[in-house]
Amino acid sequence: MPTVSVKRDLLFQALGRTYTDEEFDELCFEFGLELDEITSEKEIISREQGDSKASGASEVILYKIDVPANRYDLLCLEGLVRGLQVFRNKIEAPRYRRVSPASGELQRLVITKETEAVRPHAVAAVLRNITFTQDRYDSFIELQEKLHQNICRKRSLVAIGTHDLDTISGPFTYTAKPPGDICFKPLNQTKEYTATQLMSLYKTDSHLRHYLHIIEDKPVYPIIYDSNGIVLSMPPIINGDHSKISLKTKNVFIECTATDLTKSLLWLKSEMKFSVAVFPAGKDCIGHDGDHELAYRKEQLSSDFINRKVGISESTDRIAQLLTRMCLRSQPTGACDNIEVEIPPTRPDVIHACDIMEDAAMAYGFNNITRTTPRAYTIANQFPLNKLTELLRQDLAAAGFTEALNFALCSQEDIADKLGKKISETRAVHISNPKTAEFQVARTTLLPGLLKTVAANRKMPLPMKLFEISDVVLKDETKDVGVRNSRRLCAIYYNKSPGFEVIHGLLDRTMQLLEVKPGQGDGYHIQASDDCTFFPGRCAEIIVHGKSVGRLGVLHPDVINRFELTMPCSALEIDIEPFL
Amino acid sequence: MADTGVAETLLRRLEKADDGVDSVEVSGSLGVDHQLVVGAVKSLQALGDIISAELRSSKHWELTGEGKEIAEQGSHEARVFSSVPAEGLAQTELMKLAFGKVGFSKAMSNKWIRVDKAHEGGPRIFKAVCIESIEDQVREKLLLVQKGQASQLEEKEKNELKKRKLLSEVTVKSYWITKGDSFSTTITKQETELTPEMIASGSWKEKKFKPYNFEAMGVAPDCGHLHPLMKVRTQFRQIFLEMGFTEMPTNNFIESSFWNFDSLFQPQQHPARDQHDTFFLSDPALAHQFPQDYLERVRKVHSEGGYGSQGYKYDWKIEEAQKNILRTHTTAVSARMLYKLAQQKFTPVRYFSIDRVFRNETLDATHLAEFHQIEGVVADYGLTLGDLMGVLHQFFTKLGITKLRFKPAYNPYTEPSMEVFSYHEGLKKWVEVGNSGVFRPEMLLPMGLPEDVSVIAWGLSLERPTMIKYGINNIRELVGHKVNLQMVYDSPICRLDS
Repeated sequence: MPTVSVKRDLLFQALGRTYTDEEFDELCFEFGLELDEITSEKEIISREQGDSKASGASEVILYKIDVPANRYDLLCLEGLVRGLQVFRNKIEAPRYRRVSPASGELQRLVITKETEAVRPHAVAAVLRNITFTQDRYDSFIELQEKLHQNICRKRSLVAIGTHDLDTISGPFTYTAKPPGDICFKPLNQTKEYTATQLMSLYKTDSHLRHYLHIIEDKPVYPIIYDSNGIVLSMPPIINGDHSKISLKTKNVFIECTATDLTKSLLWLKSEMKFSVAVFPAGKDCIGHDGDHELAYRKEQLSSDFINRKVGISESTDRIAQLLTRMCLRSQPTGACDNIEVEIPPTRPDVIHACDIMEDAAMAYGFNNITRTTPRAYTIANQFPLNKLTELLRQDLAAAGFTEALNFALCSQEDIADKLGKKISETRAVHISNPKTAEFQVARTTLLPGLLKTVAANRKMPLPMKLFEISDVVLKDETKDVGVRNSRRLCAIYYNKSPGFEVIHGLLDRTMQLLEVKPGQGDGYHIQASDDCTFFPGRCAEIIVHGKSVGRLGVLHPDVINRFELTMPCSALEIDIEPFL
Repeated sequence: MADTGVAETLLRRLEKADDGVDSVEVSGSLGVDHQLVVGAVKSLQALGDIISAELRSSKHWELTGEGKEIAEQGSHEARVFSSVPAEGLAQTELMKLAFGKVGFSKAMSNKWIRVDKAHEGGPRIFKAVCIESIEDQVREKLLLVQKGQASQLEEKEKNELKKRKLLSEVTVKSYWITKGDSFSTTITKQETELTPEMIASGSWKEKKFKPYNFEAMGVAPDCGHLHPLMKVRTQFRQIFLEMGFTEMPTNNFIESSFWNFDSLFQPQQHPARDQHDTFFLSDPALAHQFPQDYLERVRKVHSEGGYGSQGYKYDWKIEEAQKNILRTHTTAVSARMLYKLAQQKFTPVRYFSIDRVFRNETLDATHLAEFHQIEGVVADYGLTLGDLMGVLHQFFTKLGITKLRFKPAYNPYTEPSMEVFSYHEGLKKWVEVGNSGVFRPEMLLPMGLPEDVSVIAWGLSLERPTMIKYGINNIRELVGHKVNLQMVYDSPICRLDS
């Protein structure tokens, strides 16, 4: 969830009244926002870098507000204020439209074929006759950064560049060139670099180095020129220094390049709304060849639909009013209970009637809706495997064993080397992107978890008797995903003597609980077996109804050592699914 | 029994005493070790209210070993004096005596003896000319102390002797013993426990039994224990079953991206589908079997829209959907169940599950890479947002949470989406306790569910309520091998509504 940080007093000024923190929190809550933190720049620096660094920092109170991930239109002070003011019925939602420049001449951005190899889409817009103040300028830059981090997926999908239009002249060209052929003075540098040099320069830049991978390995890099060959930007990495915007900038040229056209348009719409909201003086927009409009879309739905889905019964007029308060300008059509709803370009998240319905419910107030109970009669059933698990757990605890709960993910070493096995002998599934060795594979046996639990609890009195009933994960070609879970029961006895008879006794008790009698054929029996996890001659296979369901035995001293244990230990592990 | 004798003597003395007796005095007059008297006091106390005893401590002076020797044989200097014959004694000879060295210097300073250094054959000691006899004050003082008359000495004198290591001050603990409410001079031996023989013979009727110490703890039973998180799981299962919810088969940790994301209308570029958030598999990397016609409908609703939706308008790729992952939510199973439901004639259902989910996230004191998700799903004709809030109200009431409010939220596969907040009486604020919503038509209609069927759902983690319930701050003490087994042994039963 993105967080927007706004100055409290500026916010209240824009809202036309002040609130107590609690009142503002309440307003946010109703509107689907969360007042996450009340802080100041000074407090933030002091917390992150210590009090000494914080002296002199601003003590202006900041509100940090969590905004839902789909509301790109609320990612700045101006957007928030607009949304809240419309919600509070204080202003009408502004209407955005494309305006042609006074001269009538549109700017053009030409996209060449070469870009297909790296970043094939681009759109552009112009904001004219604007006035920056320091706060507006900061908000403008901040919004661009928020968009980069969220919808633009850290610039990998979309990258945005803003330029002082009066320092450059169109038409502009978006092309792609080998890095050695690109040479310009990048933002805030004093000399020219080739693109190859830039990439190594930014390797150590704490901010930019995160974006280098997006184009690093491509044969050509994207680049935007003006008609005089001045470099505007090398997206998605850096702008040129020449066209940088400042507080004095009056006309802004915005370009955004993308790997996905829908997203880039979405971005442009969000940005436009912002600019218009801040700079009502005037605005122009140009597109590339296709001339994308700031499109408003109309949808029709019935008030009955909304009433039925939300569980309210409001008049058609009232529902139209509710929607209008959510920046969705609506009016009854007059035909039956139909409402015509206008979806502004700033609300790309509205893609279905259910999105409109939600806005109506929000404006009505979720907490004003009467809570009702679904009337259908249903009979509950337990999942048989879980039912068996629940019953067995109770009785294993009654048999003196304590329940452990271990992770389903572990290292290869845990399920192979430490147990004296080869990883290739297991049917383990492998994780491709583990951050640490603890998450290399899904466990194929519960035993390592129990041994690690004992190792972490060596201060506890002996004997330690532990069990776990849970799932392991095994490759299985017959399943759609090629894998299945297997429900296991594992128990260990850790003491000064191996206690095979204790673990054997637990097996007998478990079989008694599962109504399996001792004996060959229809019953259960154990027979000597070889397994490198166990001490030679101290391991047996558990045969139930003629089929092996698991093993028990005294652990091999090497296994005990590898789990950093010192005492003899016996263990039992069986598959409980055959007992369903 | 020796101490029975002491105890009886003690009781007889106490009977005659007006107010009480001191244990040290008793031991002195009986000529027995004080510890024996103390033992008798203790055993009498254990019999009930026969006597009462008050612990006192007093200080008194005692002779050291050296002090006792002096009291018996005289001070070193006195012994030096008496050792010197009229004809004198060679200094070397005197020094050979045990008391020679110390006694010599003291006797010299008392001017009891003199040394003739010029004597032929080395220095020789003589009694001082004018002294016939001496007064051995040190010995006399020590004798006074020995007789228990230390109070006749001045503090200064006692300290002087203490410095010479002849006296020491000791603290004596004694009991001041008085008669108890049920004082008696006869004591009967008390039995410790009832025995089968007593029951058989009826002899228990005549016997007195030693009282139990009810202050002590009992012996811990030798038993196994259930894990607290699993105890809470059991209670949540119970609540769902009481509410008529059927348990879903969630025993499949590995899911395809298709069921985990695509079927839920979660776009393929969604951040949750990042390497940073989700565990992908390298082996087996891909799922190989999907319901083909359903897959096609999912592709279409993502890329082109349909069912009244604009769709996401992007190039949906089967390669992305095939990727195997560790499921990030149990909603993947809900999707499978709803798809299955859509293949039959529709009847209303209520489903629940509580099982593990996995996130490739940064770990901290409250977040692990795997946790348990609790999920509830209701599918029926014409369900409303009010119904969702009503069901949530019933569910949370069973957890003992009655004050709920709902915040609009965003979730890619539910619309509307609501975060559930409850008022925390301890923290005096609203805290998030779960997430909920109505599944999007873009998810349900491609499955083939009837258009007028709505599906409401909610979820929460099992770990958080458990940590709150059992007062655990670090999740590693609860889940995983670093669990604190003592905590497991000590954890109470789980009643969520109390």
